[in-house]
Amino acid sequence: MRAMTLPRISSNSLRRWLAPLGILLLIVFAFLIPRQIDKQNIWNLFFLICLQITLGQSWNILAGFAGQSSLGTAAFFGIGALVTRTLWFGGQPFALAFLAGGFVAVLFAMLIGAPTFRLRGAYFAIGTLGMAEVMRITVSQKIPLISTMSGQMIAGYDLTSRYYLALGLAVTTTFAAWLLLRSPWSLGLLAVREDEEAAQATGVHVLGHKLLALFLSSFFAGLAGGVFAYQQISYYPSAPFSPHWTFDALLIAFIGGLGTLAGPIIGAIFFVVVREQLAVNLVEIHQVIFGILFILIVLIFPGGLVEAWERLRGARWIKKSSS
Amino acid sequence: MSIESFFQTLVFGLFVGGIYGIAAMGLALVFGVLKMLNIAHGELVMLGGYVSFWVFQAYGMDPFVSLAIVIPTLFLLGLALDRAVYRHIIRLHGEEKIKNSLLVSFGLTLVLQNLAQWLFTADERSIQVSYAGDGLNLMGVTMPYTRLGSLLIALLVTLALNYFLHRTYPGKAILATAEDFEAAELAGININRVYMMTFALGAALASIAGTFVTVTYGLTPSIGVIWTLKALIVIVLAGTGSILGAFPAGILLGVVEALSGAFIDATYRETIGLVIFLLVLILRPQGLFVRSG
Repeated sequence: MRAMTLPRISSNSLRRWLAPLGILLLIVFAFLIPRQIDKQNIWNLFFLICLQITLGQSWNILAGFAGQSSLGTAAFFGIGALVTRTLWFGGQPFALAFLAGGFVAVLFAMLIGAPTFRLRGAYFAIGTLGMAEVMRITVSQKIPLISTMSGQMIAGYDLTSRYYLALGLAVTTTFAAWLLLRSPWSLGLLAVREDEEAAQATGVHVLGHKLLALFLSSFFAGLAGGVFAYQQISYYPSAPFSPHWTFDALLIAFIGGLGTLAGPIIGAIFFVVVREQLAVNLVEIHQVIFGILFILIVLIFPGGLVEAWERLRGARWIKKSSS
Repeated sequence: MSIESFFQTLVFGLFVGGIYGIAAMGLALVFGVLKMLNIAHGELVMLGGYVSFWVFQAYGMDPFVSLAIVIPTLFLLGLALDRAVYRHIIRLHGEEKIKNSLLVSFGLTLVLQNLAQWLFTADERSIQVSYAGDGLNLMGVTMPYTRLGSLLIALLVTLALNYFLHRTYPGKAILATAEDFEAAELAGININRVYMMTFALGAALASIAGTFVTVTYGLTPSIGVIWTLKALIVIVLAGTGSILGAFPAGILLGVVEALSGAFIDATYRETIGLVIFLLVLILRPQGLFVRSG
């Protein structure tokens, strides 16, 4: 990876208030707009954006902050969905099932995380992809039947509550990522990302920091799975284990800007909106376009849209000051 | 289980393993020489299968004969992909190169898979040759000609690759570049050309595997991921840096999968390889990141 920047804390007092203000506006916007328009497809679009923000942030915490490019997000997402759905359908209150999904995903991540963190770089990526595939194949063979809500549940179904849950989760995940960056651990995470040996040599507990990132990442991916299980009327239990969930999260973090707080938000909005647009007009090849876009970002703008924007702003600022 | 069905399972595992071996050899070659991990390798297997299928469809050419068309086609595609995409990251170092190759080839996976889906549709295709049902019967063990042919060709290709790498100048240049690219460059080897040729060779090997897949199973645009994973498992079993070792390791994986499917539970056939792979990766990580010696 080329240099990636964590958000800097600006000393300028106006600039300092600009970011929180923008976020507040965004939340108010996300809260009110679907309600104003009140159309099925708008609710769905906003729901998808929030779900993808959560997954993007989750992947970003592990890969962008701690430098562990995992390809196993789908496993946490799938486990969250499976546990939530099973408990919820089994008669438990949803809130309990939802939290249980997150914690079981964490439990699984911790069991699998300690050994897989012995792997580095590409092997960690392949190892986690292999682990997620084991889960997907096992679930698709052990629970092959489609899972559908009961008639009673469908009768009481409303998309609004699903959307607000997803929005709440997206905000919470982003807030958690922000807290993590402000915490004393953020420097340790950065050190692990940039150079593991050097970090170890200067006394950073490498495994501890990796596990912390994995804990947060898997918890929020698991909760996102719970939201998915809550929203979908019927799906195959193996569907949330599909590798495309991992790949979406990865694309979003990269498009927005890896290792930045705003990256997954910008990336998710861009990704979902553009994908929906492309899917309408160019059904077959919209994924091709995303693939090409992704390759170009990795090759030309490894910092994603956030970096592209900063470069643009930087260029303008230099022009102004030189004139 | 009777002794015949045991041997039958074993033999079929052997046949499947031959395909694993040839698919993994291409990936191992690229990994060993370019030091890049090409996740899109399975996509090249898939494309090779489609070339074979369309040649059969259009001209009725036997898939074993049409290898003469399939291999050069994918070789050229390999040259083009190297030039267009991989050339840009070849000069990065170590971990950074591997990570970037992983990401770029992942993007390429999306492109190739969806392009294939768009051009060829998601319908399952396969080649039914006139002798598809025929085979040798050796003491109650059936060996279909198509599978026997695939295994024989895989074996021949392995031997030919061995000869090429160890006995010819271009082959030695490839091995020298794998060993130490700086020294190779100082010795007057054009390493950019070596990288390009190696990547194309990897694509050509993938196309052979693709042809066998089309003859023995079926072909859909989405088979790429499966074959990338299989090839990765085989590489890890063989030990990275071992290019020709991929062939016996592929045979081993094929046999283990077939036997575990028959003895334990058919549902575990697909996961057993991944579980072995994870165990090897976790228990012997040092042997996998650093080249021996």
